[in-house]
Amino acid sequence: MHIWYSLMNLLLPFEWVHYAFMKNALLGVLLVTPIFGLLGTMIVNNKMAFFSDSLGHSALTGIAIGVILGINNPIWSMLLFSILITIAILVVKEANTASTDTIIGVFSSTAMALGIVILSRNGGFAKYSVYLIGDLLSITPSDLLTLGIVFVMVIALWIVIFNKLLLASMNPSLARSRGINIRLYEYSFAMIMAVIVTISIQWVGILIISSLLILPAASSRNIANNMRQYHIYSVLIALISGVAGLILSYFWGTATGATIVLISSMFFAGTFIIKLRLG
Amino acid sequence: MNMIQPKCTHSCQDPGTSCKCGLCCTKITNFGISRGGTEILRNVNLHIHCGDLTAIIGPNGAGKSTLLKAILGEISHTGELQFLDAKNEGTTRPIIGYVPQKLELDSSSPTSVLDLFAAAQAKMPVWFTYTKRVRERVRESLARTQAEHLINNRLGGLSGGELQRVLLALALDPIPHLLLLDEPVSGIDQRGLELFYKTVSLLRENYDLSIILVSHDLNLVAEYADRVVFVNNKTIECVGTPQEVFSNEKVIQTFGLDWAKRYQRDEKDRVDNAHLV
Repeated sequence: MHIWYSLMNLLLPFEWVHYAFMKNALLGVLLVTPIFGLLGTMIVNNKMAFFSDSLGHSALTGIAIGVILGINNPIWSMLLFSILITIAILVVKEANTASTDTIIGVFSSTAMALGIVILSRNGGFAKYSVYLIGDLLSITPSDLLTLGIVFVMVIALWIVIFNKLLLASMNPSLARSRGINIRLYEYSFAMIMAVIVTISIQWVGILIISSLLILPAASSRNIANNMRQYHIYSVLIALISGVAGLILSYFWGTATGATIVLISSMFFAGTFIIKLRLG
Repeated sequence: MNMIQPKCTHSCQDPGTSCKCGLCCTKITNFGISRGGTEILRNVNLHIHCGDLTAIIGPNGAGKSTLLKAILGEISHTGELQFLDAKNEGTTRPIIGYVPQKLELDSSSPTSVLDLFAAAQAKMPVWFTYTKRVRERVRESLARTQAEHLINNRLGGLSGGELQRVLLALALDPIPHLLLLDEPVSGIDQRGLELFYKTVSLLRENYDLSIILVSHDLNLVAEYADRVVFVNNKTIECVGTPQEVFSNEKVIQTFGLDWAKRYQRDEKDRVDNAHLV
């Protein structure tokens, strides 16, 4: 961390980087936004926006379970619960009885309601409202270490599974004819999503986490012509919005996550206009 | 890389001759498929010989595409599916090429033709880069179906016929033992369809493929298929040459009398005029 701090002091001699919490937050943004940019491409491709939303919602129940069990840092109970709910959604989806949207909606609202019921017992919900909008400035060096490990893992997995995932998302039978185990890749992808949504929720907030996943990729989609451009633009837009949002939220005194989302929305508007212009 | 198999002259009914290709017979015995408690197909028995083009016809929802998916191993089934070599022994899983009806992508999807091929063939993630070798190989594959000029196009921007040719090129790399074609229901014009069929029959002459084709265009089936399989009422109701199947009572009932009459008249004309040519 010391190296990072001195590097920041050297490279960015601005007032806002003087504070250690801003340096931590900046590193956090630089680690988490590229992951959002990468995963978002596939989430938008597969029309899974609603699924990422429901993962965020289910985190509430994860927190509640953590509270009941008396765990200080609820991240583990959140992680466990979101993985469970991911598996549940995928299993019910495979039974093919209702549309995917309906299934996700059912699980998402149940998990959210359960979380609210448990947490609001004795009228104490207010102290958990930090999870709703998140607090990026509270990120600690040990959080950053976790993020760093997840960052490396996600990139590594993305290198290994992306091609197969892409093929499976376009046509499962085509993927099967090439000997790809579709279920394995579908599950891995859903698990990565569950992990990344859960661990970043305390900094970004339940209400806007899925926008952060969707917006960079959706903006990039407006102007990209192939997968490579799609990824490059998406990661760049996520990074720029992240850093700009962090700095602006410092000066405006606003919630960081929401500020980042607003900037990404502007990127979406901009790219959309470019797309219309280009036809 | 593109192994060209020697043309096979072996006939499965005649065990005396030898077969050089890996796969000789695809044997489906007593096949049954159910999904979600509903029986879709039962008691399906079918032999597919190498070098044959077998067309599967039948009314909508008869389970034609489902049968292809079961052969692919995507859907579980009862009964037996065997891939046999010349000695009538089970071989390992053959290379299967599959041309789907459609791709699950909207027209704005930033997936190029090269992306699709590289995703199927290369280990390097397509969002990172493509090697020169992959690009060359893709160009060669596309050339096989006269689609090499489409390599950098977005899949969403292709016409139905162009997409079909691209998917066929993908199914042919590597050259499969068994080629499964699920013909698109819509979005392809007559000229595109004919070009597609011409390409398929050209492939049959050059490579030793077994082809199973699900089709809705009876005229083209009559022209190109060696054997026709009529799927109806959850099973195979009739198998034979196009002439045999298209004179079958049940087939005529399903597809309408007019078509069958016209077909038989055309056939009769062809036979009658044969001596004049």
